[in-house]
Amino acid sequence: MNELAQAGRPIFEARGLTKVYEMGEVRVEALRGVDLDIHAGEFLVLLGPSGSGKSTLLNILGGLDVPTSGTVRYGDHDLTVDDDAAMTRYRRAHVGFVFQFYNLIPSLTARENVALVTEIADDPMRPEDALALVGLAHRLDHFPSQMSGGEQQRVAIARAVAKRPQVLLCDEPTGALDVHTGVMVLEVIARVNRELGTTTVVITHNAVIAGMADRVVHFGDGQVARIERNAVRQPASGLSW
Amino acid sequence: MRALDRKLWRDLWHMRGQAVAIALVVMCGVATHVMFLSTLHALRDTQQGYYREYRFADVFVSLKRAPEALRERIAALPGVARADTRVVAPLRVDMPDFGEPVNALMVSLPAPGGLNALHLREGRLPAPERADEVVVSTPFAEAHGLHPGGRFHVILNGRRQALTVAGTALSPEFIQQMRPGSAFPDSKRYGVMWMERRALGQAYDLEGAFNDLAIGLAPGASAAAVMAAVDGLLERYGGLGAYARHDQRSHRFLSEELQQLGTLARLFPAMFLAVAAYLLNVVIGRLVTMQREQVATLKAFGYGNGAILAHYLKLVAAIAAAGIVAGVGLGHWLGGLLAGLYMDFYHFPWLRYTLEPLVVVQAAAVSLLAACAGAWAAVARVARLQPAQAMRPEPPARYRETLPERLGLKRWMSQPTRMIARHIGRRPLKSALAVVGIALGCGIILTGLFQRDTVGYMINVQFGMSQREDLSLSFTDPTAYRARFELAALPGIQRVEVFRAVPVRLKSGHLEYRTSIRGLESGGELQRLLDADLRPVALPAEGLLLTDHLGKRLGVKAGDRITVEVLEGARPRRDVVVAGLVKEYLGVSAYMDLAALNAFMREGPTISGAWLGVDRAQLAGLFERFKGIPRVAGVAERVQEIRAFNRVMDETMLFFTYVATVFAVVIAFGVIYNSARIALTERGRELASLRVLGFTRGEIAYILLGELAVLTLAAIPLGLVAGRWMCHYIASTMQNDLFRVPVVLAPQTYAFAVTVVLVSALLSGLAVRSRLDKLDLVAVLKTPE
Ligand SMILES: Nc1ncnc2c1ncn2[C@@H]1O[C@H](COP(=O)(O)OP(=O)(O)O)[C@@H](O)[C@H]1O
Ligand SMILES: [Mg+2]
Repeated sequence: MNELAQAGRPIFEARGLTKVYEMGEVRVEALRGVDLDIHAGEFLVLLGPSGSGKSTLLNILGGLDVPTSGTVRYGDHDLTVDDDAAMTRYRRAHVGFVFQFYNLIPSLTARENVALVTEIADDPMRPEDALALVGLAHRLDHFPSQMSGGEQQRVAIARAVAKRPQVLLCDEPTGALDVHTGVMVLEVIARVNRELGTTTVVITHNAVIAGMADRVVHFGDGQVARIERNAVRQPASGLSW
Repeated sequence: MRALDRKLWRDLWHMRGQAVAIALVVMCGVATHVMFLSTLHALRDTQQGYYREYRFADVFVSLKRAPEALRERIAALPGVARADTRVVAPLRVDMPDFGEPVNALMVSLPAPGGLNALHLREGRLPAPERADEVVVSTPFAEAHGLHPGGRFHVILNGRRQALTVAGTALSPEFIQQMRPGSAFPDSKRYGVMWMERRALGQAYDLEGAFNDLAIGLAPGASAAAVMAAVDGLLERYGGLGAYARHDQRSHRFLSEELQQLGTLARLFPAMFLAVAAYLLNVVIGRLVTMQREQVATLKAFGYGNGAILAHYLKLVAAIAAAGIVAGVGLGHWLGGLLAGLYMDFYHFPWLRYTLEPLVVVQAAAVSLLAACAGAWAAVARVARLQPAQAMRPEPPARYRETLPERLGLKRWMSQPTRMIARHIGRRPLKSALAVVGIALGCGIILTGLFQRDTVGYMINVQFGMSQREDLSLSFTDPTAYRARFELAALPGIQRVEVFRAVPVRLKSGHLEYRTSIRGLESGGELQRLLDADLRPVALPAEGLLLTDHLGKRLGVKAGDRITVEVLEGARPRRDVVVAGLVKEYLGVSAYMDLAALNAFMREGPTISGAWLGVDRAQLAGLFERFKGIPRVAGVAERVQEIRAFNRVMDETMLFFTYVATVFAVVIAFGVIYNSARIALTERGRELASLRVLGFTRGEIAYILLGELAVLTLAAIPLGLVAGRWMCHYIASTMQNDLFRVPVVLAPQTYAFAVTVVLVSALLSGLAVRSRLDKLDLVAVLKTPE
């Protein structure tokens, strides 16, 4: 745990965030006034039932979407401004994403999927090192179609962290995986957070995962219900569900 | 079923851009089919009806002079249904207010009910016994603004005579009126006229005699047998050799045109429909892949394979039907324009251009068949789907490293570049077909432009390198060589080269050909013969030079001997060696040294005409002087020949250029746009993923459009080669005695084709790019592949 960073100004500051999706007649209030600070180096878990607005928040934090109202700031970046070019630069420079469905490029090998990101980053790791970090040093030249789901997800993590982002955002990274593989993937995420000091936000609707986090944000109905702080972070290998 | 049909219309609406692009390609195929075939049928109908109603003769022969009594014997020959004797005389015309030389062919009026009847357009036939009345051909009358009552002068056998226009008319024998030796009509300077037989006979000392014969054959009679018999009878009367319709110039010209239309009618629709079939294959293939879950659901609900197959085929048929309806409309309209062009060019008495049901049915059937055949493989996949298996997403696509990467280029390829290469390489056949489709578009442009380039080249060779005189002048009869000095002495004449022209029949084995031998002075500058590489060749002291095409017709090469039968004077007949072949794109001729030809003819130094280099400032004065020389049968000006050439080009070729270019754009756009749209649906997910990773719009556009750029760039050289090949195919049907069309493509033409393809690609790219900018980034993260 990085006490120093936690003491300083939070790297994300969200105040009164709302997000309304209007689909024809239907209005969906995905976020209904969210206040949240996230500190550098922190491992945060977003917990909540399906449809409670977790992904919406994560997408806003990651610069994929903008809120309907409220303010959200990353360092000096204002994340409420709908400017495609600025958002692209933000994602490119600061954010690593991991998704439930991996979203690897099928025509590129593991190494190349990582290189895709390192080629456009300022101070990246070598793709081989990133893949070694997730335990895939032996699968460098395999295409996604030749790998298991867990392996593909670990490639996705390697791809997300290879550019040494300040934040790693993971939306249900274990959602499509079995228990054993899921645990392995979570271990990798925890390791990245520990060894690289990357601020990490992981979404899950699985309460058991929460034990790994510094803080657990409980989500319900588009709002932060409560925030829990774990005195001790459990290792992923100790989790079961 | 009603619900499925509603799905069909929704699907169509959803894929409207692609459906329209495909329908447009089908439309082009149908339009070319309808346009060319309707025009072709209309022209054929007109030709046949015109020939039948106006009794176009089957066999023709010219001769020096035979007594009218001979007609009975010819008419009695087996196979001859009717023999009409005539008097025909080439002569000079003196048009008021037109200083340039004008020539005409004066033909004695056909007897009532006789062969080659006239179709009166204006006025009436000359009154019997009115020696000063003529009927003039409509194009000539139009070119000079002549109407009944109009007057002009002609030189009838050396005597200037005033004539009054009784009427204007068309004749099946002169649908196309060209000066002998000229390949294109020039109605202002050459025409046909008809006058009363007795007056014309008197003028040419042919009273009770004839110098031309038209024969109508009995049904089933052999033209060859009749021609042989006629030649036998006319031998002692100076017969110039009988020839059948097939070799009649006007008929030949029209037939060649119809044949070319037939070629285009086969070539173009086939190309468009092939491309349409390909497009439907890929587009429907993609649609079926995307709808596999829907198909599985339908099957699970108990819809049979037949119903589902029919559903997708209906979709295909709907797209094709839209193309067919639009194509029939467009083709009918374009065909009307084309028929109008032919009507102007050929001056038919009528041209009934109709939209024949058969042509429409053919076009529709072939298009539907092509469309369904194209989509069949894709649609048939539906039948093989097991519902349970189809509910699951398709297994991820397999990729491999591509050849250039394995060859070591990988090091220099960025990841996006590798994505482009691997995506192209994953389905090489599909990529190759896309390349072929674009290449066809590129090629079609060349076919639309090549005739213009080629004709320009032919003119340049014919009039720039070979026939370089300012004026060519012919005498009414063979004339003593000294006329040359009289010509040279005229003010304004800078150079004179003389020639002798002798009608002959050339024979080699069983092959024979009627033409004339031209005797030339060696070292001529105004009239040069060219070898295969277009270098001037020297005339051999002995032997003949033949047009290369004539060498082919007679199956001879340099060194072979052929038999020459002269068809005038003492009609000598002897074997002569072929000294060589010369390159000529127009007409068919044989050449000999002037002195050698005079010796062959057993005549003193004799000439038939001259080529003149003149001071253009004194041209008008020269024309005036020639009018006063009775022996001068006609004068032709080279620049006018070139102008006639260009006029014909402008009138007919531009049409093809426009049509081919527009249609080529449709093909290129259709293929590229559809490829882009399919690539977008196939790859939208990964492109959105890249955007999430921080790739800019430009960077992902590179990946998608880069693939199109590669396909387009690969297609261009292929398209230029394929286009050349198509031009060769078209040109191969334009090799005849009138002209041999080479394939010449100017650099600008290539550049134009390349530009059109690139612009089409760019437009398709922009159309897709705007969709790329609207990719929904968040949506792709929520769904599995
Ligand atoms: N793009 C969208 N358009 C419309 N509604 C959306 C969209 N994205 C999310 N929603 C709705 O917003 C609510 C919150 O969604 P989400 O943030 O994905 O929840 P969670 O990730 O917690 O399951 C849900 O009701 C969802 O249906
Ligand atoms: Mg979610």
